[in-house]
Amino acid sequence: MTRLLIWYGELATGRRLFCRGASFLLPALLWLTLFLMLPSIALVAVAFAQRGAYGEVVWQFTLKNFHRLLGYGLFGWSADYLLILLRSVWVALVTTVLGVVLSYPLAFFIASRRGRARYLWLALIILPFCTNLVIRTYAWQLFLSNQMPLARLAHWFGWLPEGWALYPGTVAVYLGMVSSFLPFAALPLYTSVERLDWSVVEAAQDLYASRWRVFVHAIVPQTIPGLTVALILTFIPAMGVFVVPDLLGGAKHMLIGNLIQQQFGASRDWPFGAAISMALMVLTLVGLFLLRRSGGNDRGGGDWP
Amino acid sequence: MGQGFLAGIRASLRDGPVLDVPAAPAGTTDLGAEGIYKSFGDVEVLTDISFGVGDGEFVTLLGPSGCGKTTLLRILAGLELPDRGEVTLCGKRMTGLPANRRPVNTVFQSYALFPHLDVAENVAFGLRSRRTAAAEVELRVGQALQMLQMEPLAKRYPHQLSGGQKQRVALARALVNEPALLLLDEPMSALDAKLRAEVQIELRRLQRRLGTMFILVTHDQEEAMTVSDRVLVMRGGRIEQSGAPSEVYERPVNRFVAEFLGSANLIAGRRVSGLVRTEVGLLKMDEPPAWDEGTLAIRPERIQVCGHRPEVNGVSGRVRELIYRGDHMDLFVEPGALRVRTAPRPELCVGARVWLELRPEYLVPLSD
Repeated sequence: MTRLLIWYGELATGRRLFCRGASFLLPALLWLTLFLMLPSIALVAVAFAQRGAYGEVVWQFTLKNFHRLLGYGLFGWSADYLLILLRSVWVALVTTVLGVVLSYPLAFFIASRRGRARYLWLALIILPFCTNLVIRTYAWQLFLSNQMPLARLAHWFGWLPEGWALYPGTVAVYLGMVSSFLPFAALPLYTSVERLDWSVVEAAQDLYASRWRVFVHAIVPQTIPGLTVALILTFIPAMGVFVVPDLLGGAKHMLIGNLIQQQFGASRDWPFGAAISMALMVLTLVGLFLLRRSGGNDRGGGDWP
Repeated sequence: MGQGFLAGIRASLRDGPVLDVPAAPAGTTDLGAEGIYKSFGDVEVLTDISFGVGDGEFVTLLGPSGCGKTTLLRILAGLELPDRGEVTLCGKRMTGLPANRRPVNTVFQSYALFPHLDVAENVAFGLRSRRTAAAEVELRVGQALQMLQMEPLAKRYPHQLSGGQKQRVALARALVNEPALLLLDEPMSALDAKLRAEVQIELRRLQRRLGTMFILVTHDQEEAMTVSDRVLVMRGGRIEQSGAPSEVYERPVNRFVAEFLGSANLIAGRRVSGLVRTEVGLLKMDEPPAWDEGTLAIRPERIQVCGHRPEVNGVSGRVRELIYRGDHMDLFVEPGALRVRTAPRPELCVGARVWLELRPEYLVPLSD
C-alpha cells in the first residue's frame, strides 16, 4: 500500500521520501561511523586494556589506567595527574573568559565599521588561520625571545633578569592560547552584535539604566546565542590543546593534551593514553552540560544549541 | 528662563508663520519645543519646528513615513540631539540632557522589552535603575500591572506574550516611573485592526485618568482622531496644521492636510466678486477666500443628495459609479467627479440624475 502525500509542493510517497533521505544521509553516516564511532569505541576498549612489556596492547580487562589517573601508582598516591587535569580545566576556562572579554569590544568595533572596512577587519581576524598553529606558536617564541623588544622592555621594568626570554611561562601560554582561540570567540559574537536590536539599548537608557545595567540587561541577553557558540568553540579546543603549552609552557605547564600525546608517543602506553582521553571527553561534556544549565532554557535569551 | 521664557515661546508660537497654536487647555505650556532643526547629512528632517503641549494634553504627531515625526519624538526623549533648537519641560531646559536624566519615558514601536526578564521585572526596571526601595518597587509594579490588567501574566517572559500583551507591558514599564511626559512611537502598528481600535480607546481613557502628557506618533489618521486632544499634521519636517481633531478634519488649511485626513473633493476655482467660479458652477462661500485662483475642499459626507434643486450651491449631476458599503454608499457624480458619501438609498442607481447641495459652511478654501 502506498499512501500519497504532498511534501512541500511535491507529490510523493512516504517510502520514496524515506529512500531519498536515506541515500542523502548515507555517505555522511558511513563517514562518521568509520572515522568517529569506531575509533571512539576502540578508544574506550583500549582504555580498559593493559600495556604489555614492549608497549603493545594486551587485551585483558583492567581498571588500572583509571586508578593511575586518580593518582594511585607504584610508589603510593600522588596528585600529579589530577593537578594536570585541574590545570587544564583552569587554563581552558581562563582562556575562554579572556577570549570572550576581549571579543566583546572587538565585535562591537567591527560591527560599527561601514561597508568594505568591515570585511577588511573580518578578513584580518580570519587571516591567522591561513598559517599553521605550530608555525604561529613558533612565531610567538620568536616574538618573546630574549633578543626581542618585549623581553627587553620587561627587563627594563625589572620583571625579568638580563638575557632571559619571556617563555616558557604562564604568561606566554596564555598569550599563545588566547591569540589562537580569539577568532573562535570573536566571530560568533560579531554575528550576534551585528543583529543587535538597539531599541532595547535605548529602552534601557530611557529607563535610567547605568552603563553597566545597559550592558548586562540590554546587550548581553541579546548576544547569548553568539556568546554560547563562542564559549563552546573556545573551551573545547582549549581543553585539548597541546602544541601551545608544549612550545611556550615547558614541563611545568603540562596540560592534559600534552599528557595524552606523551602516552601515545614517547611512553608507548596506549591504554593509559586512552583512559586520559576518555577523562578529557567527560570533562568537556560536563563543561558543556554546566554551560547549558547555567543559561536556563526557559528564560528566552535566544536559541540554545 | 522660567515663566518668562515659556511665555516667550507661547508668544512666538502664536505669532509664528508656520502654525497657529490654539491656547493650551490648562493654560500652561508644560512642554515647549522651539526652533527644532535636525538634518542627517544633506537631508533636512526637521526644519525649525516649534510647538507647545499643555498639562495633561494628549497630542498626536501625524504624518506619512519620512515626515520627521519619529525623529522629533526621539529628540523629545533625548535619544537624538537636535542641530538647533530648545526643548523645555515644566520650565526646565532639556536640551543636552541624556534620556536617562529626563522625566520622560517612551513606549517603543517594537516595544523593546528585555527578553531575559519576566513581565514584573521588565516593569520594575526603571525603578531598580534608580535604586528604589524593594518594598516600593513591589507596590508600584503591582499597581502598574493592575492598572493594565496584567497581574496574571506577571511571571511570563516576553516571548510568551501576544503583541497586545507586550504593548501593555511596554506601557506599564514606562508609566510606573510616573513620567511628566509619555512618548509613544507608533505603539499600535504591530496590532491587528480590531485590537488596535480597542487599545486606542483604552489608551485615551488611561491618559484621561492619569492626566499625564502623552505624545503619540502615528501615520494612521483614524488613530490620531480617536485618541488625541490635538493633532499636529506633519510633512517634510514641518508642521502643516495643528488643532483639535475636528478642527483639522473640518477646516484643513491645505491640500495635503485635506487629503491626508480622510478623503476630500478638491475643486479648482476662481474668485468672482463674492463667489467662486468652478467647473461645477458658481459657488457661494461663507467667507470669500483670500486667493484669486485656488482650490476648495469639501468632505464627501458633507455633500447632500437632494431630490429637488437646493436653495444655495446646487449642483446637478449624473451618478457615474456607485459603491454599496453596507452602512453607507459612495457615489461618483459627474460633473467634476465629485465623491459623495450618503446613507444607503435604494432609489439611487448608476445613471440617475441627482441634485447635490454643497453648503457654504462646508466649503473650505485651501491655501495652495
